[in-house]
Amino acid sequence: MSFELRNVTKRVGADLHIYETNLVLEAGSFNTLLGPTLAGKTTLMQLMAGLDRPTTGEIWFRGKNVTGIPVQKRNVSMVYQQFINYPNFTVYENIASPLRVAGLAARDIEARVFKAAELLRLMPMLKRRPNELSGGQQQRTAIARALVKDSDIILLDEPLANLDYKLREELRDELPRFFADRDCIVVYATTEPTEALLFSGNTATLHAGRVTQFGPTAEIYRRPADLVSARVFSDPPINTAAIRKRGTDILIGDGITLPAGTSARALPDGAYTIGIRPHHITPQPRKSSAAMIEGTVLIAELSGSESTLHVDLSGQTWVSQSHGIHPFKVGSRARLYVDMDHTLFFDAEHRLVEGRA
Amino acid sequence: MASIILRDLRHSYEGADRADRNWALKQITLEWADGGAYALLGPSGCGKTTLLNLISGLLTPTEGRIVFDGRDVTNASPEERNIAQVFQFPVIYDTMTVYDNLAFPLRNRRVGEREVDERVREVATMLELDTMLKQRASGLTADGKQKISLGRGLVRSDVNVIMFDEPLTVIDPHLKWVLRSKLKELQQRIRRTMIYVTHDQTEALTFADQVVVMKDGEIVQIGTPVELFERPSHTFVGHFIGSPGMNLLPCQVRDGRAIFAGEMIETANGASYRGEGRGLELGVRPESVSFAPEGIPVDVVKVLDAGSYRIVEARRAGHTIKMLVSEDDRIPEGPAHVRFAPDRTRVYENGWLVR
Repeated sequence: MSFELRNVTKRVGADLHIYETNLVLEAGSFNTLLGPTLAGKTTLMQLMAGLDRPTTGEIWFRGKNVTGIPVQKRNVSMVYQQFINYPNFTVYENIASPLRVAGLAARDIEARVFKAAELLRLMPMLKRRPNELSGGQQQRTAIARALVKDSDIILLDEPLANLDYKLREELRDELPRFFADRDCIVVYATTEPTEALLFSGNTATLHAGRVTQFGPTAEIYRRPADLVSARVFSDPPINTAAIRKRGTDILIGDGITLPAGTSARALPDGAYTIGIRPHHITPQPRKSSAAMIEGTVLIAELSGSESTLHVDLSGQTWVSQSHGIHPFKVGSRARLYVDMDHTLFFDAEHRLVEGRA
Repeated sequence: MASIILRDLRHSYEGADRADRNWALKQITLEWADGGAYALLGPSGCGKTTLLNLISGLLTPTEGRIVFDGRDVTNASPEERNIAQVFQFPVIYDTMTVYDNLAFPLRNRRVGEREVDERVREVATMLELDTMLKQRASGLTADGKQKISLGRGLVRSDVNVIMFDEPLTVIDPHLKWVLRSKLKELQQRIRRTMIYVTHDQTEALTFADQVVVMKDGEIVQIGTPVELFERPSHTFVGHFIGSPGMNLLPCQVRDGRAIFAGEMIETANGASYRGEGRGLELGVRPESVSFAPEGIPVDVVKVLDAGSYRIVEARRAGHTIKMLVSEDDRIPEGPAHVRFAPDRTRVYENGWLVR
């Protein structure tokens, strides 16, 4: 029942847009493609949908090679960031259209349209036409149309990106529920790490045309295989520094020494790059094992519930993020505490050798 | 730069002949000081873009006055109001270089080339565009183009106000942090009146000294980010700000004590309640709910891992209570007890904070 990309690449002219990719997506799974703009998320989705052919490699579905089969002959739905609706149809007709094409009975159509419309809060708008809707309502109509038919694969390309913050939060909460009782494969592309985390399921981190890691979301987040994956899966950006480990000490640049966390002490001495997430650097120690650093405040952001500090530490900028209001003046000295037990260690090739973040 | 006063502003897109017309803006009165950082925050359709267009002069209000620095500009043209605006999507000249794009608003007003050069380089340095001044704008990424738009908004030193309409929507999350911080830093340095319109609470709260929260054409609360977070004056603000938003639970108040699902709850403001007891809700943020040895009995039904913390959903008598739990803290399985921080739990009547 799985959907597989086997050694798939995509070349456009002289440029390799997708490097050799192998992915196995299981039936009933929710998979997030996480990466910045131009990482290759949309290209990869178009290959999955059959809108585009891979340059090399094969795509298999339910034990069959479907590589050359175009999108019309596959049971696939796709939603784009820029919504597309039929302007002359009402919202109801828009949502119902794939079901009419499939020849469903009117009663079944109505039941399914209502279910999708309810999830997407479109019930009061079913009789309106797209030009009478807000942008958010139009996008919800497009999403509803993709959800309404029993597709084997549903591809959602940043579908919530143009929606209001709060609405995004609510739909993010409810989308997985909509798929919970189906065995379709969902692929969801986003640039936002928080979105990937909250969907749980699996995450593939993408960077510059490469899938850098794929697996259960929490595992990818806490144990990124390499520095690139760690960076893709961190918002605000993960703090990194070139260090030397000597015994139980971690030496950063000249002058800063931090104690290694418990599990890192066994690492061989030598040069590493460390990664520390901003929320593991806080104005108050979260644990007795936290190590103190002191730097000059470059930026202090208060968001009402969270404090974000950018601090200059001997020429490097470190970012701290913490719950609560911790006012600091720009230009003042700040003492921050680093939770060393959550430090990631990368070797010279930037592969993870130790740590959970 | 200027102070801005909006007095009894109302606006309708429908003709004046209709008595029952819909008001896109119902009644807006507020004062903004010269040099402040302000945000208009609300969901789409709340009227914030209408308000922005009234201030910039793209629309004339149906009723009310707009005053810049003591001068009534209600009927003044956008040019006369002397405003710089940055929009959601980059507005730039693709065939021009980055330099010429930034210089355009100045040259357009016949500013001398020496001053143009000085201003362009200053703004380009602030936005880290200084290494690409000679490049054509057409070759830039969406982020780069939006930075030019921001630069064009910031380059003139003689404007009354700079207005930003969802300026970071098209920007990647990683760069959003940088640009947002830059904008805030710039505002603090140059102290110009800036108005930032957004539906994104993080952007509004990090940018502005004072946030105006709007809903259905009306202002529901004006306050500092901390005030909006810690003491929402309306349940809408509690819900809209914070992620997840404030828990709202039906309650009763007897002798100044709140009761939710049969449990006595200590609150910050219940003692001052003297009403009939209808339309009452308890508001408590997920940040202010914690597991405790005793308290309100609940069932833990869902745990979402958000990285640095987890969002826990607990049920009590058919009501969902959301709480935030740090990644290091233990979450009990099944039946448990939770506690609401008394100084952070408030009673609301028909949506409004009981005072």
